[in-house]
Amino acid sequence: MAEAFTKSMARNIFYGGSAFFFLLFLALTFDTMGQLPNRDNRAALEGELGPVIAQGKALWENNDCIGCHTLLGEGAYFAPELGNVYKRFGNSTDAIKGFILSRPKDGIPGRRSMPQFNFNDEELTAIAEFLKYVSEINTANWPPNIQG
Amino acid sequence: MKYQSQSVAKLYFIAAIALFAAQILFGLIIGLQYVMGDFLFPEIPFNVARMVHTNALIVWLLMAFMGAAYYLVPEEAETELFAPWLATLMFWIFLVAAALTVAGYLLVPYATLAELTMNKLLPTMGREFLEQPTITKLGIVIVALAFLFNIGMTILKGRKTVVNLVLLLGLVGLAVFFLFAFYNPTNVVMDKFFWWWTVHLWVEGVWELILGAILAFVLIKTTGVDREVIEKWLYIIIAMTLITGIIGTGHHYFWIGTPEYWQWWGSIFSAMEPIPFFMMTVFAFNMVNKRRREHPNKAAILWALGTAVMAFLGAGVWGFLHTLSPVNYYTHGTQITAAHGHMAFYGAYVMISLTMISYAMPLLRGRNAANPAKSQVVEMWSFWLMTVSIVFITLFLTGAGILQSYLQRMGENPQSFMAVQDQIALFYWLREIAGVVFLIGLLLYIASFFVGQNEPEAAAAD
Repeated sequence: MAEAFTKSMARNIFYGGSAFFFLLFLALTFDTMGQLPNRDNRAALEGELGPVIAQGKALWENNDCIGCHTLLGEGAYFAPELGNVYKRFGNSTDAIKGFILSRPKDGIPGRRSMPQFNFNDEELTAIAEFLKYVSEINTANWPPNIQG
Repeated sequence: MKYQSQSVAKLYFIAAIALFAAQILFGLIIGLQYVMGDFLFPEIPFNVARMVHTNALIVWLLMAFMGAAYYLVPEEAETELFAPWLATLMFWIFLVAAALTVAGYLLVPYATLAELTMNKLLPTMGREFLEQPTITKLGIVIVALAFLFNIGMTILKGRKTVVNLVLLLGLVGLAVFFLFAFYNPTNVVMDKFFWWWTVHLWVEGVWELILGAILAFVLIKTTGVDREVIEKWLYIIIAMTLITGIIGTGHHYFWIGTPEYWQWWGSIFSAMEPIPFFMMTVFAFNMVNKRRREHPNKAAILWALGTAVMAFLGAGVWGFLHTLSPVNYYTHGTQITAAHGHMAFYGAYVMISLTMISYAMPLLRGRNAANPAKSQVVEMWSFWLMTVSIVFITLFLTGAGILQSYLQRMGENPQSFMAVQDQIALFYWLREIAGVVFLIGLLLYIASFFVGQNEPEAAAAD
């Protein structure tokens, strides 16, 4: 490092650079917020089923589904991706409900198994509608195929 | 130890190591559940064990960072801690809150825990890494504010060094960006977008400032190299960290519903994220080569150099491996992510914590500079066992991830998630074996605190 490069120059690069790139990040965030309404399927949240989807998300969170599954690629890698499960199950909320309902309460010997959460029909509907809503977010064609 | 109040750090370090042990134990449990799906089911389902694994990691690193701050800030500021009693009180509050939270995870179903802690009033639970009940999150905020107040007042009344200021900046950022943990809209895209403001801007932002400050401190102490030189390096490294890392957040925005331009911003800036880590490696080796004295604590220097190398490999190289959007399209959310996560966290944050503990603990226990040679030998064995096994864990998970990406997302006939998992089980078994070796390394590490304590402490060679 040349002698000409002083500590105060390094400090100025740090403060100036960080401030500049943070402001740029805020600007990009602002622009993203403007574009999200065309991509994030908020129409579903604002529609008739909005409260049902909200209930579904609360159930998703209160049962820590993310602790095994991924949703749009984020979460745990122990169980299948669910961001596109609605499409994988043939665009059927009934298939999702049926799957959750049919989990054996003592698991499957030797294999990974989803717990039996004993949801009632209203809750099952809420979760299925939540997953349907997520599947209709514009994710730039991710995942690459139906397998998630 | 120059200042009496530095001794509060000891509590934090001991608790950090205990939580580290818990983290590894639960890591082994979930590793086994990958290959023996019904292991401990339904008593400890995978998600519960994973929460303990990841949350224990976060809490013990925070404990270690706090301990490090309580140790190094008085020494840098050349004054006693502003309120040592407050540091002790916050320690116990933090520890009890953490213990109760873990007990909650293990003893009741997560949904019951959410109900008991009235998650309804301010829902924040059930999101990866932020699974803590809202009441625990509020506790974290209180502890963080009291901690910042204490550290800030100490720096204010004492000498203001670059190490202190960078550390303080990192800690303020840590507190500020944690506030986004309380924002949880129903809109999944918004939820995820701002969730990363805590998760990425911590791990690839402010935590790196903390890392840099601690590393600079330990190098100043153990090499005797001029402070001016080290501080200049520190500024350049953290400048590059934030310049690349802030927009680098974009590599998490590829597939969650945000505009496609993030694929460009995220790819370009995160491709530069290895630079500060590479500089850190050059820095650490340079300083140790230019050292003006032989410090008797060889173990601490080993940890410091190890941090620089492993952080570069794990956070830098393994991050770069899947950070370009065309690659990430196929690897996002596979075992590649897990491989990167393991080596990055160990290399950057686990190792810097152990560096600090290795440097400070002998002094906190009343020695002049270092542990006896015998104890250092055991500690260095633990360094190599843990470090080599994390390399193997990373390699095995990378193998699993490459196969998984190919079979599930790229081949002629993409197969289902579970079908693919069966085919890569061998890698999971190998990972588990490497995990057992890691545990042995950790047990040796803990043993090093008890070995050879009655022998005279190591002296410098010159």
